[in-house]
Amino acid sequence: MKPILEINNISKKFRINHELQPYLSLRDKLSHVFRKRTSIEEFWALKDVSFNVMPGDTIGIIGKNGAGKSTLLKILSRITPPTNGQIKSRGRIASLLEVGTGFHPELSGRENVFLNGSILGMKRFEIKKQFDAIVDFAGVEKFIDTPLKHYSSGMQLRLAFAVAAFLENEILIIDEVLAVGDAEFQKKCMGKMDEVSKSGRTILFVSHQLGSISVLCKTGIFLNNGIIVNHSVIQETIQQYLEYPKAGDVASEYQREISQYSNKELAIKSVVFTDNVYKPKRDFFHSEDVNVTFNFSGKNLAAYTLLVCVLNTLKTPVFSAESKITGDHLTLKINRDFLTQGAYTLRIRIHILNVKTVDYIDDDYHFNIIDTSSDFIVYNNINYFYGSVIGNYKWSE
Amino acid sequence: MEYEIKPRNKFSLGLKELWQYRELFYTFTWRDVKIKYKQTYLGMAWALFQPIVMTILFTLSFGKIISSNTALSLPYPVFALSGFILWNIFSSGLSNAGNSMIANSNMIKKIYFPRLIIPISSILVSLIDFVISFLVFIPVLYYYGCGFHLRSLVLIPLSLLLTCFCTFGLGTFLAALNVKYRDFRYILPFFIQALLFATPVIYPVKISDNSLFGFIMQFNPMSAPIELFRNSFSNYNLNIQDIIISVVVSLFLFIGGIYYFRRTEAYFADLA
Repeated sequence: MKPILEINNISKKFRINHELQPYLSLRDKLSHVFRKRTSIEEFWALKDVSFNVMPGDTIGIIGKNGAGKSTLLKILSRITPPTNGQIKSRGRIASLLEVGTGFHPELSGRENVFLNGSILGMKRFEIKKQFDAIVDFAGVEKFIDTPLKHYSSGMQLRLAFAVAAFLENEILIIDEVLAVGDAEFQKKCMGKMDEVSKSGRTILFVSHQLGSISVLCKTGIFLNNGIIVNHSVIQETIQQYLEYPKAGDVASEYQREISQYSNKELAIKSVVFTDNVYKPKRDFFHSEDVNVTFNFSGKNLAAYTLLVCVLNTLKTPVFSAESKITGDHLTLKINRDFLTQGAYTLRIRIHILNVKTVDYIDDDYHFNIIDTSSDFIVYNNINYFYGSVIGNYKWSE
Repeated sequence: MEYEIKPRNKFSLGLKELWQYRELFYTFTWRDVKIKYKQTYLGMAWALFQPIVMTILFTLSFGKIISSNTALSLPYPVFALSGFILWNIFSSGLSNAGNSMIANSNMIKKIYFPRLIIPISSILVSLIDFVISFLVFIPVLYYYGCGFHLRSLVLIPLSLLLTCFCTFGLGTFLAALNVKYRDFRYILPFFIQALLFATPVIYPVKISDNSLFGFIMQFNPMSAPIELFRNSFSNYNLNIQDIIISVVVSLFLFIGGIYYFRRTEAYFADLA
C-alpha cells in the first residue's frame, strides 16, 4: 500500500523584521531604498521534517508552543507554502484549523452551514444530503433560521463542529478544535472523532490535551523547535514529550534565573525534590515519600499563601496543597503509596486569595513516580489507566 | 487524486482548480449580497439609490450646460444614468475587490481554496447590482423616447465584457497589493473618485480641448465600454480607434492583474 501522504524534507523559513511594522507601507519600502535594512532575523519554524502517513493512520502531533505544529498543519493544508521540500498527497485534505471558518453573524444558522460547508470543500448536494444530520448533531433545530449573532457562543461552536464532523474527505487535519462546548458535547465530539478514525480515514491531530490525543491517535509525532524528536506509538511519544526537558537538566533542583524573581515582592527562588532521607532526586519509587522544598526570595513573607497543585500526565489536577508562608522556605511532603506511576508537574502560585498573585510557575517543574511493585502494576502492561492515586478504600462483605 | 505541495515558482492560471471550486464563487457572491442588504428596510433597492440620485443631481445642476455645449446623442438623464450604472460596476467592484483580501483574512489564514475566488466574487456582487439597476434603466430609456436596436444585442454584452475585464484586472491587482501595502486602502477611494472625472460618465469625451485630458480619456479603459453601451441606444458614430485602445488596455490590465495576484497569493497567509 502506498502512503496517503508523503512528507519529504519540509522546511519553512520566516523572516522576522525587527524594524518594520507588522505590515509594510509604501513609505517604509521607499525609505529603505536608500537605507540598508537592518536586523532581519531568519527563523526556521520547521527544519527537514519528513514522515509518511498510511491510509487510516491517526497521528497525534504534540510539542510546546512554537514547536512548529501549526506551521506544519498550515503547510499540509496548503495555506502557506513550504520554503523547501515537498509533500505528495493521494487524497482530499480537509483542514480544520479552526471551527466555523467564515461563519458570518448576520446570516442564519442554515445559511452558515452552507457557507462553512462549501468553504471546507463540500459540494452543495453533499451539504443538502447531510443537512439534517448536521443540525441534529449540533442540537440547534429550533434556531436554524435565526441569525447566528443571536446564538450563544456554545451553540455557534456546536454548529461549527457539526459541519466539520460530516466532512467526507480522506484526510482530516485538526488543530485543537476539540476544546469546545460543554463536557457533554465534548464527549459527543470525541465519539464522533473516534467513529471517523475507525471508518478508515486518516487523521492528523494537534492538541495540548494529551488525554484526548492518547485516546484518538495510534501514532504520535513530537516536534521541538521545528524538528521531529520522536515518531512512534502514541504512548511512547507522550512519554518522550513529558520527559524531554529533563534531557538537559537531570538535577533535582530547579533554580530560577535571578531576573525571574529579583524584581518581585515575593517569588520562588528554587524548588528542590528530595526523598525520605533528604537525598536530592527526581525519580521516586511509589513507596517513597516525595519532599518538595520551595525556597522564596523577597520581603513581606508572612502576608502570602503558597498554593501548589500537582497535575498528572494528562495535565489533570490530582490534588492541591496550600500553606501560609512563614519563612524563606517551605517543604511539602507527599506521602508514600499515594501517587501512581507517571510524570507529575507542579503548578505553583504565591498569592493573597482574591486579592493578588505575586508569582506563579505553571507546569515547568516535574518529578516522576516509578511503580514496580504495587497491585496495579499489571494493568500498566495492558495500557489501562487506573488513576493517579492509590485509593484509600476498604471492601466489605 | 494525487497532487503535490511544493514551494511556488511557476505561473499558471489554475483554471482546473478554479473549476473544481466553482461553487465557491456562487457561495461567496451569495454571501456578500445577503450581508450587504441584511437588516436594511429597502433591501436590494439600495442598488438603485446611487446611480439614480447621482443622475438626478447632475441633471439638475449641469445637465443644461452640458447638453447645450456639446452634442449629446441621448437626452441628458439617459446619458448620465447609462454612464452611472456601468461606472458603478467598476467603482464598487474595484473598492470591494481591493478590500476583499483583508476583509477575508481570517479565512485565508485558516483554510485553502484558490484565492482568486475572493476578489472575483466580490466583483460579481457589483454585477448583480448592475442587473437590478438595468431593470430600472429600461423604463427611463423608453420614457425619454429612446429604445433598443438590433446592435444592442452585440454592443451591450461587449461593453459589459470590457467592463468586467478591466474591473477584474485592476481589482485583483489592487487586492493583492493591498495585502502587502495597506496604503492602497486610503488611495483607492480617492483614485476611484478622481477617475470618474476622466471617464465619460457625466459628460462626453469631447468636453475639453486639453490634450492631456483627452489623452487620459482615451487610455481610460472604462471609456470604451461606456461609449459602446450608450451607442447601443443611439446611432452616433463610434471611434473605432478609441475602442481598440480601450480593448488593449483592458486586456493588459486583466492579464497583468491576475498574473500579479497569482504570483503573490501563496504568501497572503503569511502577510495578511
